[in-house]
Amino acid sequence: MKFMMLVIPKGYEQAKPGTLPDPKMVENMMKYNESLQKAGVLLALDGLHPPSMGARVSFSGGKPRVTDGPFAEAKEVLGGYWMIQVKSKAEAVEWASRAPMSDNEIIEIRQVQDFSDFPPETQKHLGDFKDKQSPPRK
Amino acid sequence: MAAPDPRPAIDAVWRMESAGLIAGLTRMVRDVGLAEDLAQDALVAALERWPVSGIPEHPGAWLMATAKHRAIDWLRRDRLLDRKHQELGARLEAGASEAQDPEEGEIGDNLLRLMFMTCHPVLPAEGRVALTLRLLGGLTTDEIARAFLVPEATVAQRIVRAKKTLAEEKVPFEVPRGAELNARLSSVLEVLYLIFNEGYAATSGDDWVRPALCEDALRLGRVLSELAPQEPEVQGLVSLMELQASRLGARIGPSGEPILLLDQNRSRWDHLLIRRGLAALERAARLGGRGPYVLQASIAACHARAKAAAETDWPRIVALYDDLAERLPTPVVELNRAVAVSMAAGPAAGLELVDRLVTEPSLRNYPLLPSVRADFLKKLGRTDEAREEFRRAALLTRNARERELLLSRAAACGREGPPDPGSEG
Amino acid sequence: MRVMVLVKATKESEAGQMPGPELLAAMGQYNEELLKAGILLGGDGLASSSQGARVRFEGKTRTVIDGPFAETKELIAGYWIWKVASKQEAIDWLKRAPFDGGTEVELRRIFDLEDFAPAMTPEQRELEQSQMKRLHDRKKNPSP
Repeated sequence: MKFMMLVIPKGYEQAKPGTLPDPKMVENMMKYNESLQKAGVLLALDGLHPPSMGARVSFSGGKPRVTDGPFAEAKEVLGGYWMIQVKSKAEAVEWASRAPMSDNEIIEIRQVQDFSDFPPETQKHLGDFKDKQSPPRK
Repeated sequence: MAAPDPRPAIDAVWRMESAGLIAGLTRMVRDVGLAEDLAQDALVAALERWPVSGIPEHPGAWLMATAKHRAIDWLRRDRLLDRKHQELGARLEAGASEAQDPEEGEIGDNLLRLMFMTCHPVLPAEGRVALTLRLLGGLTTDEIARAFLVPEATVAQRIVRAKKTLAEEKVPFEVPRGAELNARLSSVLEVLYLIFNEGYAATSGDDWVRPALCEDALRLGRVLSELAPQEPEVQGLVSLMELQASRLGARIGPSGEPILLLDQNRSRWDHLLIRRGLAALERAARLGGRGPYVLQASIAACHARAKAAAETDWPRIVALYDDLAERLPTPVVELNRAVAVSMAAGPAAGLELVDRLVTEPSLRNYPLLPSVRADFLKKLGRTDEAREEFRRAALLTRNARERELLLSRAAACGREGPPDPGSEG
Repeated sequence: MRVMVLVKATKESEAGQMPGPELLAAMGQYNEELLKAGILLGGDGLASSSQGARVRFEGKTRTVIDGPFAETKELIAGYWIWKVASKQEAIDWLKRAPFDGGTEVELRRIFDLEDFAPAMTPEQRELEQSQMKRLHDRKKNPSP
């Protein structure tokens, strides 16, 4: 099973463009990343620049509307993620608990959907488009 | 941790810590069976204490300290102490005061030794698989039994026998050196790939794939890759597994029917795993690897890099199979080479190679041989013979999904007709 | 540069509702185009927050709360990772996404090695370099 561990750092919604993490925090993170790697569970990880360097696109009424960051009403924003492969949600929670986070920070754990998680009808539709494109195999 | 039901959390911690714990205990008591018993004892203690006290900050160290203390208690209670037990007791007491996490490098070293032990060639293949999944994979006997579709008692027996053999043969707890290393490493890689393959192309049962097994093998492979970063064949095997696993989502259709590689929807391939696989392959190349796993991974990489089946670099794959056949001149490799040759040079060329294999004793019950032959025959318009071969293949497979696929391919062989257009090339 | 495209959750996604066949087909086509353009590096749908959890950190204490989580607007339902030349290129591609009315998407830039340089010591940079190389070795191998 694959899980995303989504890091929600306190106050990151207000971080200015070009904000960099504290070197001591980076060092702790790297040790933790190594532990995930050595356990054979780490698939991917990334840190994100603050929302003040991002944008939002709203799709309503057929015309997409673009707004540049920062976003005043945001209370929680994503700071980064790990993607891990473990046997259960409980295992993902345990790994998350070992992350070197600061006070009042949150890690949200979400399961990544496998293709086989979709009901057969959906799988069939997801297959339909591609099957129309490639020539039938004799 | 304030969790309502502590059991899943404790199980999770056990899965994360048990291999290191057993490895560390094996180092101390020099007997893998005893080490596992002590580790299980510590788990029992954890199941009693942690629901009340919460999961400790360093669960691995807690379990290790508990295991050591219980071992000493157990030895003290036994009035018929012989010399060996006394020595063991003394050694344990000396180390028992340590309750902090052991050194990083030490855990890794112990894990590597344990892996070499559970994969020792003196054990039969099924014993190595069961013991490795049990001690390093953290799977229960029941989970292993369900994964391999054998009764739980059978798996339990395999594990008991394996431990007994290791003790009788006095297999040392060490990382092999020099000339021995290559052969022993091959044995480890063989076990991991066996586990992976059972999940990737299940030989029996109702499911075509068992992804959980692939995940188990991949995880152990990644662990090994961290423990032995300079071994090109280890990187090669990890690459091969990542690349093959990337296709798991595309290998089965909505009703569980198998979908062959060339028919798969490539947008369903896991591109993260492909990138990881290609990165591992590059590490292997930097280490100068040209062994069988690196070659097989290189072949898998050719498929992974092709955006569509028609863009597959078949000549390169043929060249890689030529190399592989030199390193690993087995009938199975020859069979796969024939398929590649047919894609590059036409079904007649492929059929010529396959016809040389029909008398091979080791392929007598291998469904892939008649099914490949059937495919070539069909492309050459020899549909009656193709139908017969598909049916023969269907009889040989023990996997229900594969059987259905082969029977439907047999049924699709109409009456004898002209060769398929484009099959000449 | 790389960007992460976060598709925000809706009542429907949180209820586990699948998109209809037309939208699924359109999405499939869009993903194909992203792949062909060499932009698509990855992407996934996430199961609803009812199957998730949150871990809150305070000193040595960890508090675990099971989902679902109420603030649907703050949750994500899926993501992509794209390789683009600029923020504008990402926005241009995003505008073409076949999303229904009401979908909100957030575009965020991903930290790459160069961004870290000022904050790290030479030793840290070396370690990070070898870690990042192992995890993101995509430069020498074209995206499939």
